[in-house]
Amino acid sequence: MDMSAAEIKRAATAQPQTSNQEPNGSEILVRCLLAEGVRHIWGYPGGAVLYIYDALYKQDRIEHVLVRHEQAAVHAADGYARASGDVGVALVTSGPGVTNAVTGIATAYMDSIPMVIITGQVPTHAIGLDAFQECDTVGITRPIVKHNFLVKDVRDLALVVKKAFHIARTGRPGPVVIDIPKDVSLKTAPFHYPSSVEMRSYNPVRKGHGGQIRKAVQLLLAARRPYVYTGGGVILGNASAELRELVRLLGFPCTNTLMGLGAFPASDPQFLGMLGMHGTYEANMSMQHCDLLLAVGARFDDRVIGNPKHFAQNERKIVHVDIDPSSISKRVKVDIPIVGDVKEVLQELLAQLKEQQARPDADALATWWKQIGEWRKRDCLAYRNSADVIKPQYVIETLYRLTKDRETYVTSDVGQHQMWAAQFYKFEEPRRWINSGGLGTMGVGLPYAMGIKLAKPHAEVVCVTGEGSIQMCLQELSTCLQYKTAVKVVSLNNRYLGMVRQWQQLDYGGRYAHSYMDALPDFVKLAEAYGHVGMMVEKPADVEPALREALRLSDRTVFLDVRTDPLENVWPMVKAGQGITEMLLGSEEL
Amino acid sequence: MKHIIAVLLENEPGALSRVVALFSARGYNIESLTVATTEDPSLSRMTIVTTGPDEVIEQITKHLNRLIEVVKVVDLTEGSFTERELMLVKVRAVGKERDEMKRMADIFRGRVIDVTEKSYTIELTGDAAKLDAFLVAIERGAILETVRTGTSGIGRGERILRV
Repeated sequence: MDMSAAEIKRAATAQPQTSNQEPNGSEILVRCLLAEGVRHIWGYPGGAVLYIYDALYKQDRIEHVLVRHEQAAVHAADGYARASGDVGVALVTSGPGVTNAVTGIATAYMDSIPMVIITGQVPTHAIGLDAFQECDTVGITRPIVKHNFLVKDVRDLALVVKKAFHIARTGRPGPVVIDIPKDVSLKTAPFHYPSSVEMRSYNPVRKGHGGQIRKAVQLLLAARRPYVYTGGGVILGNASAELRELVRLLGFPCTNTLMGLGAFPASDPQFLGMLGMHGTYEANMSMQHCDLLLAVGARFDDRVIGNPKHFAQNERKIVHVDIDPSSISKRVKVDIPIVGDVKEVLQELLAQLKEQQARPDADALATWWKQIGEWRKRDCLAYRNSADVIKPQYVIETLYRLTKDRETYVTSDVGQHQMWAAQFYKFEEPRRWINSGGLGTMGVGLPYAMGIKLAKPHAEVVCVTGEGSIQMCLQELSTCLQYKTAVKVVSLNNRYLGMVRQWQQLDYGGRYAHSYMDALPDFVKLAEAYGHVGMMVEKPADVEPALREALRLSDRTVFLDVRTDPLENVWPMVKAGQGITEMLLGSEEL
Repeated sequence: MKHIIAVLLENEPGALSRVVALFSARGYNIESLTVATTEDPSLSRMTIVTTGPDEVIEQITKHLNRLIEVVKVVDLTEGSFTERELMLVKVRAVGKERDEMKRMADIFRGRVIDVTEKSYTIELTGDAAKLDAFLVAIERGAILETVRTGTSGIGRGERILRV
C-alpha cells in the first residue's frame, strides 16, 4: 500500500487512545528508564516488543542502537557498563531474541556486570501454550542472572523496574532480566516511580566488621613477605584510588588478575604484573612464597591458584575482602574474611593504619623485594622479535606506545591475543581494559568496542581480536557504519585458533584437531564491503605505520588484518593441574 | 553429616524453583525438601535436608542467602531443634497379620486411617529416624506403598526463626 509522506508523518505522530489518560506499559517502561538515567539502549525489535518500540519511537531522550544480532545487543550494553560504571540496558524480543541473548547475559553474569535486559514475552493468556516465539525466559535465564522478573500485571511494572536497577547495581553487581508479556506492554496503569526501594530479603553489607579489620591491620603490620592480590571487584567497586593509597603507604608488592588490570598502575615499580595461568613469573612466585596475602575484590579463580593442593602447601595467612560472602572460603580457606564494600573497607583499613603510625618491618620488606627482584630477572615476557615475521607481542607493544598518552579503551576477544594484550599493554587506569574473563566468550570484542564508543565518543577505542573471534559477531560492522562508530579493529591473524592449538601442541601430541582456520575471507575487502577502511599488514616494518594511519583516521572504522607468526605461544604458562610455581617459560623449556 | 536447613523466603511465584535450581546447578544434594506458607502469607518457609562436608554446607548456606527472595537462613543442626515428618504407609493386612500390624502401629503411635479386607493405611508422624525404624520393624514384603512429606524442622525454645 502506497502512503504519501504526509500520511506517514501523520501515522507516526498519531497518539495512542490512552494518551490523555494513563500511560500504557511501554510508556511506563520508557519513563522508568528515563528516571533511572538511561540514555542508551541496544536492541533488536520483534513481535513481542512492538509496543515498546513504538513508545521508544515517540521520544528522543533515549537513543536506541539497532544491532544485527541480539547477542551483540547484550554485549554492547555490557561493554558500555564496564567502561562507564552505569547499568547497561538491552532490549530483545521473545523466543529466539532471548535465546540469542543468553550468551551475552551469561558473559555479564560471570564477570558481575550491572545490566538490565528487557525481554518481550508472548501475551499472558498464551504463556505455556507453545505460542509463536515463546520460550521460558525466566527458566532459561535463571542460572545466569542475579535475578529475573516476569511482569504479569502492568501495575507491578514500575516497582519491578525500580527493583531491577537496584539489584543490578548494588552488592555484587549482575544482570537482571525483566520479561514483559506483550499484553502487559499495552495495558494501562497510573504511573508512579518510587523514589526508593526497600527489600527485606536483600540488604547487601557495605561496612566491614570492625573487629576483623582490626585483626587484618595487625597482620599487615606484622608481615615479612606480604602481597596484595586484587581483582575485578576493585574496579566494580570504584576503589582504585584507595587501593593505590594503601599499597603505596605499606610499600607492598601488588598484582592484578586479568579482570583487575588497571586498578593499580602497570608502570608502578610496586606492580608485579598479572598473575595466574599466563601471569608473570614474579607475580606467581610471590603468590606462592608470601606469608601474608591481602586479597581484595578477587575470588581465587582456578586460572589464578593453579592446583589447589599445591596452592595450600604454603602456610600464608590470608585476609580476604569481598562484597559477596559466597566468594569467601569457596576454593581456598582464608583466615580473616571481611565482607563489605571494597571501597569502604579499604578506607577503614587506611584510617586505622594512619592512626597506628606503626609500619611493617622495613628490613624484612627490603629482603622480600630483593627476592622479588631476583624473580624479575627471569624477564619472563621476553620474546624474540623478528624483521621477517610479525610477532603478536610486538603489535601490542606498538599499539601501547602509540595510544598511551590518550584516553584509550582496549577491548579484547578470547584467546592468545587476549593474553598478549593483557601482558603487553600497560593499563594505568581502571575501566580501560574490557574483556570477558569469567565466561571467556569469543565474539565480544567488536560489540564491546561499539558500546564503549557510545559512552566515550572522544576516546580512542581499540578492539584487539583474532581471526576466529572476530567472525563470531562480524555482522556488527554494519551497526558500526550506521552509527558511525569509529573503532579500530586490530585482528592478530595467525590462521589458527591459537589458544586451542597451543594446548594441542603441549598436551595432545600436536594433533591440531580443527584449530586451523581455513577459508578465511579477504578481510580488507570485507571491511570495505561494510563501508569501512581495511588494511592488511604482513611485514613487521609496516606495523607501526599501519597503526598510525588507523589512529589518524579518527572518524572511520578501521579493520587491520595483521598476519602474525602462526606458531607463537603465550608464555609463561601454568598447565592445567600444575602448581603456580610450575610455570613453563618459553619454547626453550619444551 | 546430615544438616537440616530452614529458609524463610518471600512467597513469590518461582521462589521454590530458584532454590531447587540452585541445588541442582551447583551439584548440592537434596535428601528432602518441604515448603509452605507461614502465618504471614507474604512469607514461605522451607526445610531442606542435605548431607555433605562442612565446607559444602557453608557454601550452600551462603548461596541460599544470595538468592534475592531469601530473607533468612538457619542451619537448625547447629543448635537444639526438633523435627517432624509425616508418612502414610499402605500395608498388606490379611487374616492373622492384621492383629500384628495393628499392634505395630500402636507401638509407634501411628493411626490407621484406611481399612479394607486386605490392607491398612497407617499415618505416622515423628522424626525421620522413627519413620525409618517403622519401615524396618514391619515385614518388608508387607509394604504396598509409602509416601512421605519430608522433614520439617523448628528450633527449640528461644531459637526462633522470624523476619
